[in-house]
This record gives sequence, C-alpha cells and structure tokens, in this order.
Amino acid sequence: MADLSINMCGIKSPNPFWLASGPPSNCGEQVMRAFEMGWGGAVWKTLGKPIVNVDSRLGAVDYSGTKMMGFNNIELITDRPLDANFKEIYEVKRRYPDRAVVVSLMAESKEEWREIVQRSEDAGADGLELNFGCPHGMCERGMGSSVGQEPVVLEKITSWVMEYAQTPVLVKLTPNVTDILDPGVAAVRGGGNGISLINTVKSLIGVDLDTLFIKPTVGAESTSGGYCGPAVKPIALNMVATLARDPRITVPISGIGGISNWQDSVEYFALGATSVQVCTAVMHYGYRIVEDMIDGLNNYLDEMGMKSVNDLIGKAIPGFVEWGELDLNYDIVAKIDASKCIGCGLCYISCLDGAHQCVHTNKGQCYAYHGEPDHGFNPRIEVSAPIRHQPKNGDLAHVPFIDEKECVGCNLCMLVCPVPDCITMEEISHSKGKESWNDRVARGLV
Amino acid sequence: MTEKQELSTLLPSDRLETQFSDAKPPYTDLEAVIEANRCLNCYDAPCISACPTGIDIPIFIKKIASGNIRGSATTIFEANMLGSSTARVCPVEELCVGACVFNELNHKPIQIGFLQRYVTEKALEAEVRTGNRLFVPADVETGKKVALIGAGPASLACAAYLALEGVSPVIYEKDELPGGLNTTAVAPYKFQTDDCMKEVEWILQHGVRLHTGVKIGKDVEFRQLVQEYDAVFIGIGFGKDGRLKLPGSDGSGVWGALELIREIKNNPNFSLPVNLNSVLVIGGGNTAIDVARELAMLGIPNVNIVYRRTRSEMPGYQHELEGASKYGVRMMENVVPISIVRDGGVIRSLKVKSNQSGEVFELSCDWVVEAIGQESHAIAVSPDIAVDEMGRVIVDSGTYMTTHPNVYAGGDCINGGKEVVNAAADGREAAFAMLRSWGIKSRFIKDDGKI
Repeated sequence: MADLSINMCGIKSPNPFWLASGPPSNCGEQVMRAFEMGWGGAVWKTLGKPIVNVDSRLGAVDYSGTKMMGFNNIELITDRPLDANFKEIYEVKRRYPDRAVVVSLMAESKEEWREIVQRSEDAGADGLELNFGCPHGMCERGMGSSVGQEPVVLEKITSWVMEYAQTPVLVKLTPNVTDILDPGVAAVRGGGNGISLINTVKSLIGVDLDTLFIKPTVGAESTSGGYCGPAVKPIALNMVATLARDPRITVPISGIGGISNWQDSVEYFALGATSVQVCTAVMHYGYRIVEDMIDGLNNYLDEMGMKSVNDLIGKAIPGFVEWGELDLNYDIVAKIDASKCIGCGLCYISCLDGAHQCVHTNKGQCYAYHGEPDHGFNPRIEVSAPIRHQPKNGDLAHVPFIDEKECVGCNLCMLVCPVPDCITMEEISHSKGKESWNDRVARGLV
Repeated sequence: MTEKQELSTLLPSDRLETQFSDAKPPYTDLEAVIEANRCLNCYDAPCISACPTGIDIPIFIKKIASGNIRGSATTIFEANMLGSSTARVCPVEELCVGACVFNELNHKPIQIGFLQRYVTEKALEAEVRTGNRLFVPADVETGKKVALIGAGPASLACAAYLALEGVSPVIYEKDELPGGLNTTAVAPYKFQTDDCMKEVEWILQHGVRLHTGVKIGKDVEFRQLVQEYDAVFIGIGFGKDGRLKLPGSDGSGVWGALELIREIKNNPNFSLPVNLNSVLVIGGGNTAIDVARELAMLGIPNVNIVYRRTRSEMPGYQHELEGASKYGVRMMENVVPISIVRDGGVIRSLKVKSNQSGEVFELSCDWVVEAIGQESHAIAVSPDIAVDEMGRVIVDSGTYMTTHPNVYAGGDCINGGKEVVNAAADGREAAFAMLRSWGIKSRFIKDDGKI
C-alpha cells in the first residue's frame, strides 16, 4: 500500500482527491457524506455576497451514446446564507478533523475580502481558494474570470488576501486567457501559496433543434456558461503542465478538469499536480466514485514501485518540451497485424481521406501515386501487396496493408482501429542521431 | 377480375397465426440509438456485400444514430422497396449480421434487422401522420405499361421502381390476397399477414394497380399480356409443395408444409384437432424447421423432424433449428421415410429406414408433414418461356430478360426458392433494365451507373 497522503502548501489530506468547489460541496450534509465515502478533502462551494440563481442552469454534450462527455453550467456561487455555511463548515471540521476543508471565496472590495477570509478561518477552514475563474454571471459584476483575466488585478487582490489570511491560500485560475502563465505568475507574485486550475471554459453548450433556443434555456433565452467534464481534460492538462514546468511557478498545483477516475488523476500528478479536484464526475455518478480512485491509484503506485503519490508528481514534465526541441530524425511506421484485423476498413479510409494515402487494400482503386511529393494529382497506380499471413476472417482482400516507404508515422490508423494492438507504430532504426528544428536553426540550415 | 386497393378489409380475423407473439419485438427509440451507436461505420462494409440488395447499412445505421429517421428509411428503400418485410424475414444471421466485423472480435454483431425494422416502421408511421411521402412518383407521362404476374416480393419491388418513374405497372395475382410467400408462408412469429398487407398497400400507393383472383392462362391469356403491355414481368414464385407420394398417403393427416402453413396463416376456419399429439415433419430445409416450430408453438406436444442426411448437411439454417429446439422440436438424422402406416384409416406411424444400419422401424405419429421442396410451375405460363432442368425460368443475368423479348422474370421462379430479399433485388434489377431499355432514368441510379 502506497502512501496517498499529501501536503499541499500546508493543507494536509489523507488522499489527494478533493471535491472541487461546486454543487457537490454545497452544504455540510453533502460534504460529510463525501468524507464518509473516502474523499480526502473538499473545496466548499464559493461563498460571497448573496446571489439569485436561474432555472435551468445545466447543459450537456452527449457523444455517440455516452452521456455528459461535456458539461456546462450557468449557476452562480452559493445561494445559501453565509451564516449557515460557516456553521456547517465548523461542524464538518469538528467531525472530520483529518480531512481538508478549503473554502472557496469571491468578494469585491478589500474590506469584503478581509471579512470573508476571517470568518472562513474562524469557522475552521484549513485553507482558502480564491475564485478568479467563473466565466459567467459573476464576471459581469467584476468578479470571477474578470479578475483572472487581468494579472494586475489578480495579483492585487491576492496580496490583499495574504494580508489577512492565516491559512494557506490557493488561487484558482480561469482557462479563458491567451497564456496561462500570465495569471499563474501573477498569483505567485501576489503571494498565493498554491494554484488551482482550471475553472470552467467559457462555452455555449448547444441549440435545441426544435425550438432553436440556446441551451440551457431560461425561458426562451440563455447565456454563455462554463464548460467542464471529460471533454476539457486535455485543455486543463496542458495548462497544468505549462505552469508546472515554468521555473517562476514555485508553488504547488491543484489540478482540476475532467477527472473521472484514478487514471485521469495519474496524468495530472505526472504533469505536476499535487492534489486533484473533481466535480462533474461526482455530479454524474455520486461520491462513490472515490472508492475506485483511491483503490486504483494505490494499485498503480504499487505496480510502478512508487512508495507515495509524491513520487509521481511531475514525473512526465521533463518530456514536455517546445515543438522546436522534438527529434526530426525519429521515424516510426504503422504495422498491421493481419491475424487480428477484422476488416472494418477504417484505417484505409481514414488514411486515404484524412491523412497521407499510405494504407491500401487489394480491392478497389488505389488513389495514391507514390514517389512524387504532390501525390494525389498524378495518375493512379497500384501498390503491390506484400505476402501476408492468413487473417482471422480468411478474406485477404479485407486486410489493408501499409506502404511503409510513404507512411509518415502519424498514428491516425492506429487511433481509429477498433481492435487492441492490431495496428502498432514501430520505430525504424536510424543512425543519424537526434536533430531538432532548433538544432537545424542553430546550424544555419534553415 | 377484381381490383383491390383496400387490402386490410380482405384479411379475415381469427386466423391461427394471430396466436403467435413476435419472436423479435421492435426496438424502442433508446434501444435503437444505443445499438446504432455501436456500429463501427466500416468502410466498404462486409454487411453491404452480404446483402443481396446491397443496402448501404452503415449509412442507414448512422442516420438512426443522428436522428435522421426519414433519411435512414430512404437509404433502405432506395435499395430495397421491401425493406419493411425483409427487416423481419431476412435470415440476417446468414447475411448482413453474419458478416458484421464484430463477429471476428467475438462481440455481439450489430442487430441490423432490428434497426431496419425500427427505422422503416418509424418512417412509415411518420409518412402516414404527416402525409409527407418518402417517395413521390415522377410527374411524367411515359406511356409505358408493364404487366406483372404474381403479387409476391419480386413483382412488388419491380412495380414500385417502375411506378416511381412514371411507368404504369399492373399486377395480376391468382389468389385473393397479394404478398406471395410473405402472406402465405413466412413464419408468423416473424411477420404476420396484416403487416404484409400494410407493406403491399404502401407499394400500391405509388401508382401500382393490383388485380387479384386472376389466373393467367385461364382468366387472361399470357399472349394477350405480351401484346397489350410494353413489358411483362414473371414473378410467380415456385410451385406447390413437392410430395413423396408414400404408400399410405391417401387419406387425412398428410400435409404439404406450405399447404399447412398457409392454413395457419390465412384460413380463419382452420384449427388443429384437439387430440393432435404427435407430428413428424419430413425434410431438412427451413420450411421443415418453420412448420415444426409453428406446430410446437401452437401446443402440439411432440413435433419432430426426420431427415435423410445429417444436421451438418441440411440446407436449413442452424440458428433456425436452434430456435425451434427451444420449443421442443427435435430432429432425427439419417432416416428415410418408406410408408405411412394407418389403422382403420387413421395414421398410426411413419415407417422409416435408417441410412446407416438399414434397420426399418416405425415412428408413431398422428400427422405427417412433407417439407421436401416445391414443384416448378413456370412452364405453365407459356411454352415460349425457356426453363432449365430444374424448372427455373432462364434469364439474362444482367437484365433479367427471359428468352422471350420484353418478358422479364425474377424471384423464386428463376432461382428455385431463395429469400424474399433475393426476390426484391431481382425485381429491382428487372425494373432498372426495363427503364434503361426505354431510355428512362431511375432516380436511384447515379451517373456512374451505381445505385
């Protein structure tokens, strides 16, 4: 059993899985149930001046039968009285002293920030998270992402909070910026003890085809919302890794965005996150998902021979480089295992229409002329098929083959193939050694 | 000669077939979308090659997934005007579903028959509801008339494609009910006659005329059709049940399989004797399996098939035999019937001989049903139409034209008895060949000549 406990800039929790600020951490009763299920911490639904919410608030993108691949909301911060929230925070901390309770905050004036920081800490918060991220509603009032998009303002408000805060402060960033390093560096400069990201991506989830109303509808109207769920994970991973590899970011990172299981969390840890926060997956399946997250992470760390989750943090970062540093001499080609091929033809059509016309079949026309750089406009010729093993379905014509000479090693055929390990990308040995674009520029070759 | 357009009124109620429930009940919207989303959308998909009508199956399935019900049904009917019945009567396990690449992965193959039934039913319901037809006949006067003999799948398909391009098809049917084997023979747990009538009515709506109760050669002469019409299509199917004429056959209790199935499906006055306990079905084809299963499902305690060869040699599909075995039908292999033994006129047993030991023994039974194939009746149409040694009408493989100019043929009468979907493909190809010969372009044929 690996050690899953973490210490995120002084906030300790028995495991790195926290509820993100949102509907699942709206009240004490919920957070206590989550802790009962095993969650290591919770970032309380953002507290601030009372607001009013609209009906409806949530929208989703379903994809090929999978529900809620993407998710968005136009809900605002807590709509419950501050007194009730503080009372419940106190009670949760009293009953679960070993779990991390971080309180998300949003305020306007320096005086308001002082008051809400002190009241949160009086209630027993282990840490604070500054919500500089919401891309809807609150930003129109000068809060949320309107702060996160202005590094100067972000740094200023962070420094206000640092004047009063006795507990560690996380600055939560919006992804709705050109370069995440700008607000990231500002958060560090303002004195923040940690950074959490991403908040939701500004979005419009869709249009109802019958009414042509934008979703989620409020009567016949709608507004931009915040996008989250599995669909945003790649966006979030890029931003987390971009901060993690920058020497100016000297504080720990709490990763947020599309985390649904332990595998997702491993990617975040490997790219530099110390804790991860989950919201959409809990909204979809409930708090119970944490059982597999803890169990799966434990088994993974054991298999990898890692004693603690800390051993994993940032392990993938050395491989995250600029494009100009990539090895231009690294060559791979696709290989099709004919014995596994089921003859769906997706590698053929995807390469033909969507890549470089290097997958061929024995039937039908071969559209590619090879040997000329502008292949596709030249007369069509057949590429002769290599001798292959008898495939599983016995129909040789159904098994495509690769023109290895022309294959650019792009991965597309492997990505579309529905059969595990049927198409693999294999390295071609070369003796030229590594050479990057930057190397070529340095040698005056380009 | 009567002309029928309101077919449902012709259909008697209280038919024995109405006691059968649907072996494959229709999908709900959710089931259809889940199944449609499972489809890999193969390129040059093997399911298409396996379909005699070549329906673009991945396309129609993806259209279900995207909610394009009308487009999906159109894709099906373009290739197969009998898309409604074939969705239910096709042996999909042997055709499209059997070719699905998921079989290679030991995954459950895509349930193409269920999806096709779902979307054709849904689209035709919408057509009735909105009045917005999937296919509107071309508003042209071609002046061409085609007589079609027999109102089975081949003629119906042929007539539909002709009518859509402004040709006037007239179908002559000897029976009171149109539909051919879809009406008289398809297993009632797959497809019943009322649904068959709906399909025929749908085809007729496109400008096809139907005369029932007209026998060619008796009520109307074949020569007369050839003279009066620009072309004639022969879609008369294969003939009556072939019979073994075993000693002891004379008397009650000996049936031809098609004869018995037709009683079950169409005759409201038919019922099984209450003391019927044991039936032996002779044969190894799908009709033998069908009639055995139907009798077993109707409550006959002992229904068994006797076949002269082995299970692995039988022409009937294994999945059908397995389906029948769930209702208690068993099969005895390697036995040849010799005679029917009667006691005072009542059947006591079937005397058989083992192919292996040569032993002769009796199998007790109340009824004997013979399912040994059909006899050809094509020769009866006209001596001018050449048939092969099996009695099948000889046609040109590209145009489906017989040896008689402007006379075409398709379906069981040219292939000796295949599937409904083969007949639908034949009828379509014959229609396209006629249109081509008159310089009329079918809307379903692209400039490259493909459908």
